Amino acid sequence: MAAPVLCSGCPQRCWALVWVYGRCRHRRGAPVGSTCNWMRGQSSVAQQPLHTARKPRKGEPEWAAVVGLEIHAQISSNSKLFSGSQVCFAAPPNSLVSFFDASLPGTLPVLNRRCVEAAVMTGLALNCHINKKSLFDRKHYFYADLPAGYQITQHRLPIAVNGSLAYSSCAGTKQSQMTTRTVRVKQIQLEQDSGKSLHDDLRSQTLIDLNRAGIGLLELVLEPDVSCGEEAATAVRELQLILQALGTSHAGMAEGQLRVDANVSVHRPGEPLGIRTEVKNLNSIRFLAKAIDYEIQRQIQELENGGEILNETRSFDYKLGCTVPMRDKEGKQDYRFMPEPNLPPLLLYDTASLPAGADSQQVINIDQIRERLPELPRVTRERLVQQYGMSWDHSFTLLNEVDLLAFFQNVMKETRAEPKKVTSWVLNTFLGYLKQQNLAVRESPVTASALAELLDLLDSKAISSSAAKQVFEELWKNEGKTPAQIVSEKKLELMQDQEALEQLCHSVMQAHPHVVMDVKGNPRAINKLIGLVRKATLSRADPTVIKTILERKLSS
Amino acid sequence: GSGRITAEMIEHLERLALVDFGSREAVARLEKAIAFSNRLHAVHTDGVEPMESVLEDRCLYLRSDDVVEGNCAEELLQNSHRIVEEYFVAPPGNIPLPKLDEQEPVLHS
Repeated sequence: MAAPVLCSGCPQRCWALVWVYGRCRHRRGAPVGSTCNWMRGQSSVAQQPLHTARKPRKGEPEWAAVVGLEIHAQISSNSKLFSGSQVCFAAPPNSLVSFFDASLPGTLPVLNRRCVEAAVMTGLALNCHINKKSLFDRKHYFYADLPAGYQITQHRLPIAVNGSLAYSSCAGTKQSQMTTRTVRVKQIQLEQDSGKSLHDDLRSQTLIDLNRAGIGLLELVLEPDVSCGEEAATAVRELQLILQALGTSHAGMAEGQLRVDANVSVHRPGEPLGIRTEVKNLNSIRFLAKAIDYEIQRQIQELENGGEILNETRSFDYKLGCTVPMRDKEGKQDYRFMPEPNLPPLLLYDTASLPAGADSQQVINIDQIRERLPELPRVTRERLVQQYGMSWDHSFTLLNEVDLLAFFQNVMKETRAEPKKVTSWVLNTFLGYLKQQNLAVRESPVTASALAELLDLLDSKAISSSAAKQVFEELWKNEGKTPAQIVSEKKLELMQDQEALEQLCHSVMQAHPHVVMDVKGNPRAINKLIGLVRKATLSRADPTVIKTILERKLSS
Repeated sequence: GSGRITAEMIEHLERLALVDFGSREAVARLEKAIAFSNRLHAVHTDGVEPMESVLEDRCLYLRSDDVVEGNCAEELLQNSHRIVEEYFVAPPGNIPLPKLDEQEPVLHS
């Protein structure tokens, strides 16, 4: 089990809580048969024993890596998948547990409509085919946090199949360089979550909290179309944003609402796929990428040294930055899948097949759900690029930060300034300040209205760009002053008095005749004059206006 | 009829179902049960869709997403042999069953 391995790393405090997400090594969403598909591969090259790796041909890349992701997303719902107990993150142990969740005899599963809708929404958003008929099965194994001794899942016929998840691959620095990659979604199935185990090695016991037992999960099985840690991380990030946009899952990895297992194997190009290992205990996107890349390198090194890869489950030790084998005492698991006898097939309808006079609470119309799908991140980004002329990179950043898009849109609503200006201020200045002080958008001392007002002042040329930055810094101090107040207090207004400015230009020209001479020979020297005038105005004059006046005077 | 059940198969079943086939009689009963079920093969089922559930014509009832249960930790914990604060207590991880060659031979002649 994972816990002993983790515990051996930490000094004495074994009683200190080591949460293990139940059945680390039991979580196999894909049917056992899928292993064989992997190993068969699609190559026409004759099978070679995998442990005698052949030397690469000249000019050929040495190794190809293949990563298959299995993702479990906790469904965002009020109650659990098959019972009416509450879904809530932190609560007193075993307080959110119904008789069914505790697997007391005589209890029966009753399917939660919201969970089915969440599954259909997610399937549609990922371009899946929604199975109008899907079935529930029991997957048997013994573990203390699974009181029934089986998990209700969808093994034979899941609710959605054959979809795709599009994500952009390392966009690079050029704005135009945004290549889209796709990873195929093999299937999406509904299943129960297990309870939580707290390992107490000191007293040789495990404490069980069933609050999580029975919460609805969406298991998403992706095809092995990903080839490195960065791609996996980007794909998972995009999935996270999609689930959050749909509202079907909060998808927080740190909170355990999104769990990712990676199946990793390497092979020589043109040869069949290699033996895969399963990497678990990945609780952040960063570690996901690190763990996958480490495992790929480990396998390559092992094979190049003439060793072989075991089909095992490994855990990522984030302190050491490496994967370690999890003790797998039982060998291959036989889950004894059988149909769930207490649940009839789940039937879904579309507008064409909807039975007449059906109770709307008892039927689910796929077409209706499709119509109500919210805007997906990909579409939002495209819209931002079209509507505001921003770059793809900008649109990514706007969506990547919680509440940042809403902030941006609120500023846009209240300001006259150009979108490009607003984009630049929000993504550079505003975001910069937030990051520096490690604040969320929600915690920002500067409101969207305040920034909008500031940008209006800038837009109407009441203040200069550098003055605006000063005002922003003052606003960040959150002393309750408006931008206009700060401007007047600090006397940051641009000089509007044309005559006074003309006078200043005149006196500067008088005071620096040699510079004036330079300009006659070298037009670029006018910048020096502009600089001198600006200093004289204490930076309260618009350089372009100064330039115009100077040029007029110089030519006369 | 079917062949005898091997000791490996018994061990495998014992691990899967946590059932103790303690005696030769139990294994014999198992063999008889399998032979009895094998009579199903006498039925010609080519081209017939298997029935997976006797409920296949029923409508799967959909519950609305309301919180109506839970909040009975005290009651549930009463069922447990051992508790610590409000947690159920279980043995640490899965206790490994002894391997075949480590145990006493199950099948007595």
